[in-house]
Amino acid sequence: MATPRVAILRAPGTNCDEDTAYAFRRVGATTTKFHINALRANPERCREFQILVVPGGFSYGDDVAAGKILATQMQQFLGDALREFRDQEKLILGICNGFQVLLKAGLIVPADEEGPMATLTHNTTGRYEDRWVHLRVTPGNCPFLTGLDRLEVPVAHGEGNFICRKEWILKGLAQSGQAVLRYCSPAGGPASYPQNPNGSQDDIAGVCDATGRVLGLMPHPERHILPTQNPNWTRTGLKPEGDGLALFRNAVHFFQ
Amino acid sequence: MLWEVEIRPIGRDAERERVCDEFDLLTHSVRGMDTVSASARGYLLAGDLSLADVRGLCDQLLLDAVVERGTITELGASTTAHASTVLFKPGVMDPVALSVRRAAGDLGLAVREVRTFRRYFAPGVLPQADRDLLFRKVLANEAIEHVVSGPLHADHLTLGQPYRFQLVTVPLRELDDDALVALSQRGQLALTLDEMRTIQTHFRDLGRDPTDCELETLAQTWSEHCSHKTLKGTIDYTETVRGQTTTRRYGNLLKETIFAATQTIRQNLGSADWCVSVFSDNAGIVQFDDHHHVCIKVETHNRPSAIEPYGGANTGLGGVIRDVLGTGMGGKPICNTDVFCFARPDFPPEELPPGVLHPRRVIHGVVAGVRDYGNRMGIPTVNGSVTFDDRYLANPLVFCGTVGLIPVGMEWKQVHPGDLIVAVGGATGRDGIHGATFSSLELTEESEVISGGAVQIGNAIEEKKVLDVILQARDRGLYTAITDCGAGGFSSAVGEMGADTGAEVTLETAPLKYAGLSYTEIWISESQERMVLSVPPDKWPELEALCRSEDVTAAVLGRFTDTGRLKLTYNGEIVGDLDMHFLHDGRPRIIRQAQWSAPAVSDQPVRAGETVSPQEALVKILASLSVCSKEWIVRQYDHEVQAGSVIKPLTGLHHDGPSDAAVVAPVPDSWVGLAISNGLNPRYADLDPYIMAAAAIDEAVRNAVAVGGDPAHTAILDNFCWGNVHDPAMLGALVRTAEACRDVSIAYGTPFISGKDSLNNEYRSADRRITIPHTLLVTALARVPDVRRCVTMDLKEPGNRLLLVGDTRNALGGSHYHLVTGQTGGTAPMPDLQQAPRIFAAVHQAITAGLVRACHDLSEGGLAVAVAEMAFAGGIGADVTDLGQLPGADGLTDTARLFSESPTRFLLEVPPNHVEACLALFAGLPIHEIGHTVREPRLRIAGSAGEWLIYAKLSELKEAWQQPLRW
Repeated sequence: MATPRVAILRAPGTNCDEDTAYAFRRVGATTTKFHINALRANPERCREFQILVVPGGFSYGDDVAAGKILATQMQQFLGDALREFRDQEKLILGICNGFQVLLKAGLIVPADEEGPMATLTHNTTGRYEDRWVHLRVTPGNCPFLTGLDRLEVPVAHGEGNFICRKEWILKGLAQSGQAVLRYCSPAGGPASYPQNPNGSQDDIAGVCDATGRVLGLMPHPERHILPTQNPNWTRTGLKPEGDGLALFRNAVHFFQ
Repeated sequence: MLWEVEIRPIGRDAERERVCDEFDLLTHSVRGMDTVSASARGYLLAGDLSLADVRGLCDQLLLDAVVERGTITELGASTTAHASTVLFKPGVMDPVALSVRRAAGDLGLAVREVRTFRRYFAPGVLPQADRDLLFRKVLANEAIEHVVSGPLHADHLTLGQPYRFQLVTVPLRELDDDALVALSQRGQLALTLDEMRTIQTHFRDLGRDPTDCELETLAQTWSEHCSHKTLKGTIDYTETVRGQTTTRRYGNLLKETIFAATQTIRQNLGSADWCVSVFSDNAGIVQFDDHHHVCIKVETHNRPSAIEPYGGANTGLGGVIRDVLGTGMGGKPICNTDVFCFARPDFPPEELPPGVLHPRRVIHGVVAGVRDYGNRMGIPTVNGSVTFDDRYLANPLVFCGTVGLIPVGMEWKQVHPGDLIVAVGGATGRDGIHGATFSSLELTEESEVISGGAVQIGNAIEEKKVLDVILQARDRGLYTAITDCGAGGFSSAVGEMGADTGAEVTLETAPLKYAGLSYTEIWISESQERMVLSVPPDKWPELEALCRSEDVTAAVLGRFTDTGRLKLTYNGEIVGDLDMHFLHDGRPRIIRQAQWSAPAVSDQPVRAGETVSPQEALVKILASLSVCSKEWIVRQYDHEVQAGSVIKPLTGLHHDGPSDAAVVAPVPDSWVGLAISNGLNPRYADLDPYIMAAAAIDEAVRNAVAVGGDPAHTAILDNFCWGNVHDPAMLGALVRTAEACRDVSIAYGTPFISGKDSLNNEYRSADRRITIPHTLLVTALARVPDVRRCVTMDLKEPGNRLLLVGDTRNALGGSHYHLVTGQTGGTAPMPDLQQAPRIFAAVHQAITAGLVRACHDLSEGGLAVAVAEMAFAGGIGADVTDLGQLPGADGLTDTARLFSESPTRFLLEVPPNHVEACLALFAGLPIHEIGHTVREPRLRIAGSAGEWLIYAKLSELKEAWQQPLRW
């Protein structure tokens, strides 16, 4: 299979769909944008794709809580289709608002009998922030991150503070290798604000599910595809490509 | 059944912290934490719902159980001792409530109505003074919200009552002048006696009285906001300079100055003219590349932002985005720019005039309003500035601008008779009735209360949905013309679109938010997020289906005709029938007097302040509000969405230095870009508005050139914000500004392509009158031939040369040096109109040739501030050792050399091996090597006598610059 097909899910307020589609096209995938209403009407259309992406934005305005309404819709109308998708060794990616959606839909860390195990809530600064961060990657079995060690990409969110209900849940995620992306200092060490821009526990920036094939992350790899997007390019010169492109290339390679 | 869901945070209560801080700031106390002990948010729900239903809704949707806990009670039964609940006033846009109602429907729950609330708990009974302050100044804004103490009482949440049609006519044919004036005032029509008389005559000729709807339509169309009647009217202008008085008459000031300049430039360019559509559509359009044009518009939203800063800024940005979406056949917004003018945030609260919000609250609200709308729309906010002056206390200025991309071939629109009039987007409510006429009235202390109906909150997601479907409909060819609903609502949108044809509107077909609107309210409502399209009947089914597929409401309101009449009906009854010609061309011309007298100024160098050392002055200027870092604001804007960001608003080693301009590359797989910048300096206007305007244009162009923008392909925009132009002196300053715009625009070859004015920005109460300084915002949009050649302002590496470009003159009048040393007078910095364009061209050549490592323009604080900013942004030191030889600076003191704000100057960092090539490009132009970069993190500037005037650590300078607004 030369060119995997990527479905990019849109909802009212999605706004990184174009950028994400562009990133996938740069690495040879074909992309189709799907409005949630269209997919709700025909969930079986998921079968036409190898990769499903919930891109960034403000689905339903982040009303109630970021990603919550779209998450509820996904659980309600696409639950079976998405589980089938994942079980067929396909990939699901949620970026920023997409991470909030996947997490709150229970697709990354399923709820237990006491309720949701983790959430993404308001940044400790209390406000939305756009800034570049350094990420330390521990890829584990997450195909999106194969071979990656460090990434420099921007965050842009107000509700990216990853919090687990209990300490044991946080430890469990680390032990199972699901906490695949962490904010770090430029030297790779533990991060303090603003290196960790939102106060996330254990500096967690991205988490995958137990299979590794469902990844959610707050930072925006699709905003570091071109060398001119790097905030330091006028100092360091233009590199061949942006750091974020590797993640999309990995996703495509997974099917080749 | 009515239910109440109260949600409280587990652990930290950030909202409580916020309101307590606000209370402390306003009272100069630390009692906030004793006043508010906890906060909550919540929902009121109406519908056929059992307790289990509401619990299910909470678990699945409303509550994040990891960080919150919720309580469900029947409405009014919650434990609300010492609780104050803040609710939106009925009819105010509540996007969260709309979303919850929809999402509950998805879960199969019959939720009929939803209201959101915030709730604050006091530890006990509060003193009346604290309560008043909390309710009025901290917890709620009376313009849109109300506060309920104790339990809530309500038996329904539904709004509106059935409307019973009754045609209203306004008997004005027999009124005398006094009665005409009284009618205009009573109806908030903002029409002058002359205009009322013209309307009276028109209807006498018709042999009938107008309906209320017709009179409102005329008032909207003839308002200052919609017709710019002052600046397009006749002005008799008298100018006195050095005892010489001259007079001239302008038949149409804008046409004869700013528009005329653009025509001259286009003629000079001949076949190379790159303007496409100027001053005609909702935004100005210029060429970009082979496949795209680019359009830009900047609007103000000052009055609403003074009363409800969040909603005012929110809807200001929403409105200008719709302007771009309604330009040509529809522009795709690619970036925003936002410029604000405020009073200082530490203004003493006890000195606030009645009815005026504290500037700190205005700043927070405005920034949040722009942030929430721009970020949700997915449009990067890439450029802006903030200027502080206490004269903006009662009239803060909020400029919102949007740039859009239009495919070549989509730049024109044409309404055809027979096309359907289609409204797309939000439903119509009583929002903003009288927004257009209101924004042309002065603010009084009563404005806060009586104008509430003119203040709105936006719903960005509604507009995003509209944007998504409009761009698809455009590319599928489903409509023939488009415009936005702004001031005046349907009245203005349909009236403009059908001006050359005619239109018939069936008002009862407009989708409403709630029942009870009269036909006139439907017609003039300014509800947000609406566009009007003209749609060929055979395309309507496809458009309707497209809109439905993305949950966007679209409705046919009538059709365009070839009758030249605007005919309005409500359920078959005629409620309006106006001649389009009278509506658009019937307004009597205004004749205004204007005068300007040059203040007596000394041409001699102003004596420098001797009590402040150069280093102290530098630190003070870096820490002054208009100069200091605006990172607190910039970071809250998504400036990178759409992935076109090339030069970000913050730049340098640690991404925290001040960029001169932003650059975006909006077309995938293309390196052609756009630089967006602005210029504004009202302090110069106190000395001479002509120089102020020239300096603003120079600054906007200079900023764009500094990052790599092509000065030969730079379009500019004007936004005039002025005081009361009924005052001849005020209008005289405006005439002088417009003349400067004409002269400088032609000299620079930078055409104005769009503009806007906001007049009568004045506050009056019994004992106070505050007029804003004359304020002209110039926005520049420059083409960047190849973004890979762009440069930033941060110093890059040690061992490079620092080259100062441009003449340094004695231009300390209106400078920041004067501001921080408390001096006045002097000469404001006037650009050399012959030399400036040559300098811009040479700098552009040097940058595109790759000779320059860093480039920064010199503006507030002059050379000293520019070199300091470059150094601390790059983490690279600088030694300036040749201050004595600055071009043009003969006879100037060292202070003037350091802090003069002479325009058209740049500081370049050039590697040693490129110095010669660089100097060659500037042959015959002022350029001088003043020093070099060093590894040590410090700035040293030597005086002409060889002593160190400035010797400072970069960390100290940076801290001074970052500290003031690090909120």
